[in-house]
Amino acid sequence: MTELTPVSSLADRVAAASPDWALRRAGGFSDRSIAWLFIAPTIVLLLAINIFPLIWTIRLSFTNYRGNRPNAPLKSVGLDHYQSILSDPDIWAAMQATAHFVLWTIALQTLLGFALAWLIDRKFRGHALWTTIILIPMMLSPAVVGNFWRFLYQPQIGLFNYLVSFISGVPPSSFEMIGSVKLAPWSIILVDTWMWTPYVALIILAGLRSIPDYIYEAAEVDRASSWRQFWSITLPMVLPFIMLAVLFRGIENFKMFDMVNLLTSGGPGSTTEVASITLKREAFEKWRTGYSSAFAIILFVTVFGLANIYVKALNRVRQR
Amino acid sequence: MTKYLLGAAALAAVAALAPAAPASAQSKTITLCWAAWDPANALVELSKDFTAKTNVAMKFEFVPWPNFADRMLNELNSKGKLCDLLIGDSQWIGGAAENGHYVKLNDFFAKEGIKMDDFMPATVLGYSEWPKGTPNYWALPAMGDALGWTYRKDWFARPDIQADFKKKHGRDLAAPKTLTELTEIAQFFQGREIDGKKVYGAAIFTERGSEGITMGVSNFLYPYGFKYQDPKKPYAMEGFVNSPDAVKGLEAYKALFKCCTPPGYTDAYMQEGLDAFKSGQVALQMNWFAFFPGLYKDEKVGGEHIGFFVNPPEKEHGSQLGGQGISVVSYSPNKAEALAYIKWFAQPEVQKKWWALGGYSAHKAVLNDPGFAKTAPFAADFLTAMGEVVDFWAEPSYAQLLLAEQKRVHDYVVADKGTAKEALDALIKDWQKVFKDDGKVN
Amino acid sequence: MSTGIVTAHSVVEPSPRAKAVAATLVAAYALISMIPLVWIFLTGFKSPPDSISYPPKAIFEPTLEGYCNLFTTRSRQSPEYMATLPPPASTCDEIARSRNMVIAGPSNYAPRFVNSLIIAFASTFCAVALGTFAAYGFSRFKVPLADDLLFFILSTRMMPPIAVAIPIYLMYRELGLSDTRLGMILLYTSVNVSLAVWLLKGFIDEIPREYEEAAMVDGYSRLHAFWKVVLPQATTGIAATAIFCLIFAWNEYAFAVLLTSGEAQTAPPFIPIIIGEGGQDWPAVAAGTTLFLLPILAFTVLLRRHLLRGITFGAVRK
Repeated sequence: MTELTPVSSLADRVAAASPDWALRRAGGFSDRSIAWLFIAPTIVLLLAINIFPLIWTIRLSFTNYRGNRPNAPLKSVGLDHYQSILSDPDIWAAMQATAHFVLWTIALQTLLGFALAWLIDRKFRGHALWTTIILIPMMLSPAVVGNFWRFLYQPQIGLFNYLVSFISGVPPSSFEMIGSVKLAPWSIILVDTWMWTPYVALIILAGLRSIPDYIYEAAEVDRASSWRQFWSITLPMVLPFIMLAVLFRGIENFKMFDMVNLLTSGGPGSTTEVASITLKREAFEKWRTGYSSAFAIILFVTVFGLANIYVKALNRVRQR
Repeated sequence: MTKYLLGAAALAAVAALAPAAPASAQSKTITLCWAAWDPANALVELSKDFTAKTNVAMKFEFVPWPNFADRMLNELNSKGKLCDLLIGDSQWIGGAAENGHYVKLNDFFAKEGIKMDDFMPATVLGYSEWPKGTPNYWALPAMGDALGWTYRKDWFARPDIQADFKKKHGRDLAAPKTLTELTEIAQFFQGREIDGKKVYGAAIFTERGSEGITMGVSNFLYPYGFKYQDPKKPYAMEGFVNSPDAVKGLEAYKALFKCCTPPGYTDAYMQEGLDAFKSGQVALQMNWFAFFPGLYKDEKVGGEHIGFFVNPPEKEHGSQLGGQGISVVSYSPNKAEALAYIKWFAQPEVQKKWWALGGYSAHKAVLNDPGFAKTAPFAADFLTAMGEVVDFWAEPSYAQLLLAEQKRVHDYVVADKGTAKEALDALIKDWQKVFKDDGKVN
Repeated sequence: MSTGIVTAHSVVEPSPRAKAVAATLVAAYALISMIPLVWIFLTGFKSPPDSISYPPKAIFEPTLEGYCNLFTTRSRQSPEYMATLPPPASTCDEIARSRNMVIAGPSNYAPRFVNSLIIAFASTFCAVALGTFAAYGFSRFKVPLADDLLFFILSTRMMPPIAVAIPIYLMYRELGLSDTRLGMILLYTSVNVSLAVWLLKGFIDEIPREYEEAAMVDGYSRLHAFWKVVLPQATTGIAATAIFCLIFAWNEYAFAVLLTSGEAQTAPPFIPIIIGEGGQDWPAVAAGTTLFLLPILAFTVLLRRHLLRGITFGAVRK
């Protein structure tokens, strides 16, 4: 909002342009009631579709309720579900698969994203156009993308193996990205990195651009080397932005379902079965609603707790 | 831009809230839900007669197999009104009966003179009854099916290949008589050059997401002597599910997977099998009889090129049961029309046309006809297979039992985790837990 | 002299060579990351055998078969039956005939696409409308517990969608909202409203209070001032917010696959299950994917300037 229109004249203009109907007299509402009038619908909707269901989930997590047997007698099972989830090796395997996926995607995307942002920040001609092109993958539907990468990863007919063999000389059907236990975890990391590196780059770019030029100019006057400038100016000042990108990617990938479900459906075996896929199988295939509610709560508490700790750290960095 | 966007959004909001356009008043429409596969297209053809006769229009909702169970069970559990008629998989019957998703058909059958004795016993037991072995009917057998095999008859007949095989194995190359022979044949073809193209041994089921690998493995487990439970003591599985024979069967399946499947064959079900066979990549293909009419008609690999055989025995005979019964969904607002469809479908003439179009009728008027075995090259095999079928659990908790086996078996066969014995031991534990939760065992 | 060089070529303004290297690397990354999308686009114009040929074909004879298959269902017929048919009525008909098939009817792609349009636009409209009011409320008035409420609104996005879907599924089943457009619109609205509130609060915070206050001094009611002064100033922000809500609703998969089956199913759960005779009909899938992605491509270009704010919940501004 850079217009510097004198306030009174704006009001005059507005007044002249508006029909002089009853709205003028509708001042019967106090600010307080308007505030509630404006906020209430949103709160009501969120209560109905977020909070009430959340409370319901908590309640269900203490019962043996099953969504496919609504007429079966409801029994309270106390904390049994929580106990059996936390001691189930399959659940821990899913959590490990999720952690592997989250950590590696964050690491790769941060590195690549930073490099990309730094390059774009060289402000070469046409950088705006190239930036827009780079951003396209992250706007796509992850489900549709996952499905199509399944095609690209086919060892014989797929493009990916063919390109790899073209570059490296290994025969294309000698490795299987989504079929082998070793490569499958990397196949999902690769697709996610392809999709979301631009996102991280964009946030970091905003960080780079937020560093005022005069700081570099001052460093230049002090004859600080480029490396020094990078370590003592660029990195610390961009750090909050990197941390923010990591936070958003971390939350998103902790919840990951659609892309992985369509790409590997958790296979081979359970190699890429991330937490959301386990949850989906428990809740909507096995219909262990009570059990999966408990798992859902555990996941929610985990992500909420981790995010809170992280945000505290982020704020500390920001205040420095 | 903003104005248009908001205008469009507002329009959409109005459109969404407006009631759906009422269907044309004079004729009713009912929806039939099934899997998207060859027989479904035949059923569309067949159903034209029903519409012509009753003026009830038919709508179809076909879902591909890997998503079929998920989506339809979800639909039933949410009391959806999408389907009036559902051709649901055989294992769903327990849950659908106990939770009231299907209309019980006993009274209707009695009133209309439809006799279950007119249908092949294996299909009545497999598709209609719950609890199993009691005269409580929840579906009419609609489509008989079992898991069989196809092979490239033209390749088998080549003199050079024949000679080479004889030299290696000391017998003529022909459709295998045991599973061991089957693996030998697959191994023989694996990596061979035929018409300048590298071909592979066998296309088998390895799919992880729904039921694929369980179905495939079962075709090996049953002949090797696997049993779901002690015949004398229901739900006692120790020594039956993980008997030494069952372990051997599972190992044999893994051996076949490791040696003789095309590259990238780690998540394959029926569609992938069809692709591999039709594109001339494999000598043998495991697949459902349901696809055999379509394969036989195929321009490239049908006719002379293709042969069929029943799942070979090892220690004993056994094939995995497929197939479905047709049921009326109890949440349907069009139950009368849906029942009329079943009544029409049960008639012997309609059943004969159903078989002629490529659907596997389960009606004795079709199957017991002396000329039946000659009507198609796979007709006799179909009768043999249906005489030895075994089905997966049809318990209300079937999905849990199935998912457990999918995981344990895929972990062992494809992901190389543990041994066959460990996989089956773990499976028993998983299954026991399910039965315990259900109160079936202590 | 030397100071002149420093100001012209300080880190602030990279050297021409650094620029050229950066430009090459960025362009290379962009081109490589486009390969999968180009491949999707090309596959849409392949015949089914070409799409699964080995090695993959980059040069092929383009055909509309994929698009035809996307919009129709076909059934295989005997040559005798085919001979009795009148000449083909359309290109698609002709293509089907050449494969010994006849077109049996329209496929479900069009209705699913329409569902996507209706549900995405309607839920966007609702989310932005609610979000604008709430954002104004939070921006201009002292709301008790405002911070907690805002954080609560944000945290609703942290739940895995599958976890949210469990109670929603049960609730919708009781209310008869399963597989209805209304149910999906309500759900997407509630998910999007959190984004809308956060983004719009940022935009409205930037509009000086003095504008409305001046109008109110002139005798305008609060509502009138909101309508006549604040809204017009917030147009860009509202448009950007709307597009982000739209993109979410357009791309959403988990809720759609669990809560819809036919009537209200959107395109994302449908596209992966397009199969032909035999395996997945990749040209048709690619065609469906291409058509589905086109609107998003257009939005990406339109949105460049607001992209950052939208995808970071307004946490970062350029």
